[in-house]
Amino acid sequence: MVTKLMNWFDDRLPLTATIERHLTKYPAPINMNIWYLAGVLLVVVLVIQLASGIWLLMNYEPTAEGAFASIQYIMRDVKYGYIIRYMHTTGASAFFALIFLHMFRGMMYGSYQKPRELLWVLGWITYFLLCALGFTGYVLPWGQMSFWAAQVIMSLFGSIPYIGEDLLTWIRGDYLISGITLNRLFAFHVVLLPLALIAVVFVHILALHEVGSNNPDGVDVKKFKDADGVPLDTKPFFPYDVMHDLYAIGVFLIFFVAIMFFYPDGGGYVIEYVNYEAADNLKTPEHIVPSWYYTPYYAMLRAVTFPLFGLTAKFLGFVVMAAGIAIFVALPWLDRSPVKSIKYKGIYSKFFLALFVVSFLVLGYLGAVPSTPARTIAAQIFTVCYFAYFLLMPIYSKYETCKPVPDRVQLG
Amino acid sequence: MNKKSRILTFVVIIAASLGSLKVHAAAGAACGSFLSEDGLTKGECKEAYINAKDKASLQRGAQVYMNYCLGCHSLKYARYKKVAEDLEIPLSMFQENLIFGDQKMGDLIQVGMDPKEAKEWFGNAPPDLTLEAGLRGPDWIYTYLTSFYIDESRPLGVNNKVYENVGMPHVLIDMQGTPRSVCKQIPSFADNGGIKQDPLTGEQLTEEKCGFLQVDNGTGEMSLEQFDNTMLDLTNFLAYMTDPLKVERETIGTYVLLYLFIFTMLSYLLYREFKKDLH
Repeated sequence: MVTKLMNWFDDRLPLTATIERHLTKYPAPINMNIWYLAGVLLVVVLVIQLASGIWLLMNYEPTAEGAFASIQYIMRDVKYGYIIRYMHTTGASAFFALIFLHMFRGMMYGSYQKPRELLWVLGWITYFLLCALGFTGYVLPWGQMSFWAAQVIMSLFGSIPYIGEDLLTWIRGDYLISGITLNRLFAFHVVLLPLALIAVVFVHILALHEVGSNNPDGVDVKKFKDADGVPLDTKPFFPYDVMHDLYAIGVFLIFFVAIMFFYPDGGGYVIEYVNYEAADNLKTPEHIVPSWYYTPYYAMLRAVTFPLFGLTAKFLGFVVMAAGIAIFVALPWLDRSPVKSIKYKGIYSKFFLALFVVSFLVLGYLGAVPSTPARTIAAQIFTVCYFAYFLLMPIYSKYETCKPVPDRVQLG
Repeated sequence: MNKKSRILTFVVIIAASLGSLKVHAAAGAACGSFLSEDGLTKGECKEAYINAKDKASLQRGAQVYMNYCLGCHSLKYARYKKVAEDLEIPLSMFQENLIFGDQKMGDLIQVGMDPKEAKEWFGNAPPDLTLEAGLRGPDWIYTYLTSFYIDESRPLGVNNKVYENVGMPHVLIDMQGTPRSVCKQIPSFADNGGIKQDPLTGEQLTEEKCGFLQVDNGTGEMSLEQFDNTMLDLTNFLAYMTDPLKVERETIGTYVLLYLFIFTMLSYLLYREFKKDLH
């Protein structure tokens, strides 16, 4: 009966072939470790965000007059509305935490190197889309921080020479941030960006299954195959990885749910306290901070304090900040190392990767606290360190001595 | 890298990330020029020991709010009926005693005052307080409520230690009595933290410090302790207002966690069985 049904489908759709290709016969390296969990957890969070987002949409009102009150309506009057909303706010933070870990994994094990350049570029696009989703979504509750964050970020476009002011008015759709701006950000957040994200994630996974997963040793598992042509150092994704991931998802959800139900504000990081006040365009908050996941870039923006070549400091800061996000895409072509994994790379690669992590964390801290002259200098130094990891890579990765890479994966 | 060092790297990076967040959180909201009772710390809020499950305290807080605060401060995102149900106050009793004017049980808790007029009277329209405890934190509210003092230089004759030159009158002055900002002799501390002593007599040295709050004896309807507890009740009520479903949320959360523990345990066992195939 089942076979008959499958045959019926197979004549009309490559069902069995797809299942085999992506699940039961997809060869996953046997030495994948804890860092490889971020990917599957990102898919889980994507589903959480989509589901909770749809339900929030049922009661949210995208107008300057009604947005803030409609959030409180969801929190108070809609049955279990607070669960849906906290799921979405916690999901936003989880999304970024996981994508940072996922990207770091790729950087550590050289997952961007040939033949995975396109896979990396697609992943970078999802990161960029996620940043856009985070920003547009953050404005929707129309609290004080929503409004002023939108004010600060959108004003960056105004700093572009010559066309800035007109461009800014065009983007805002008004002479100041208003209900019109809110409406377009809403349209982006609920239609355009999620659609694009789903599409790119889908292609990202297709590309992954085309080239195969990298592994902590960065060796090509397809070199050695058994008699059936199955790579030796791999296991079928289903059931082995799926069972492992199920267990990991359980552990992840325990942390997720603990934050969601018991610390939904996350100490002011998941939901910022200033956003408990409705947007007021006449009252600037004392200290405007972006969400924690943008703070490294916010620190870069503020680190540029001097004009140069006739360009304003604000515009240069904007360029540096944008470059900080954009530069990841160049990694496959900056890395000249003959080996993939940090395990076998030389001392310079290890040093610069560590420097990058420290810079990212320090900038993240500096972007979250009010700036002082000393902090600005620190931010400048660490911005340089952040870019040094990327820009010096063609040199240090080429001229360092690497350890010999084994032919097959190493366990333990 | 072996398995141990790999997991160690993972943990260190997560811990460092959380650590940098923690440093930021510590630099949170402060309480203006509020001086602690021992005179040692300035600007730190008093801790408000409140309990979201203490229904009696919440009921008392609601009573004070409806009688003294609601004249000016709306709770416009909350509904009367929900408050009555959550606080376990019988609807008829709530309707008779805590709703003023012709508002209905299902209405949002609004004020009758016109915001434009209010702005003329106080310099600023009194803010809605539904989410005040989320915005400032319960400690701030509790410290603020107990920090008014007489200051003839202000238009309304009072000032506040936490919120300097606030436009709000001391509505609860009859209840509290007359609070004043006074100077006191306090022990003088050396740099090493010890109390300074006179080198000849061995007597402890003191110094004068100003800015302490003191209520004139016998001027209030309540004792100091009663007033303090009433303010805690009011703070508790405002904290409830910001997060009315806290108790329900945490109950559901506990069940969800229990379910997930069982799920994770079973999925681990399943994973362990499958893992046996691989070696």
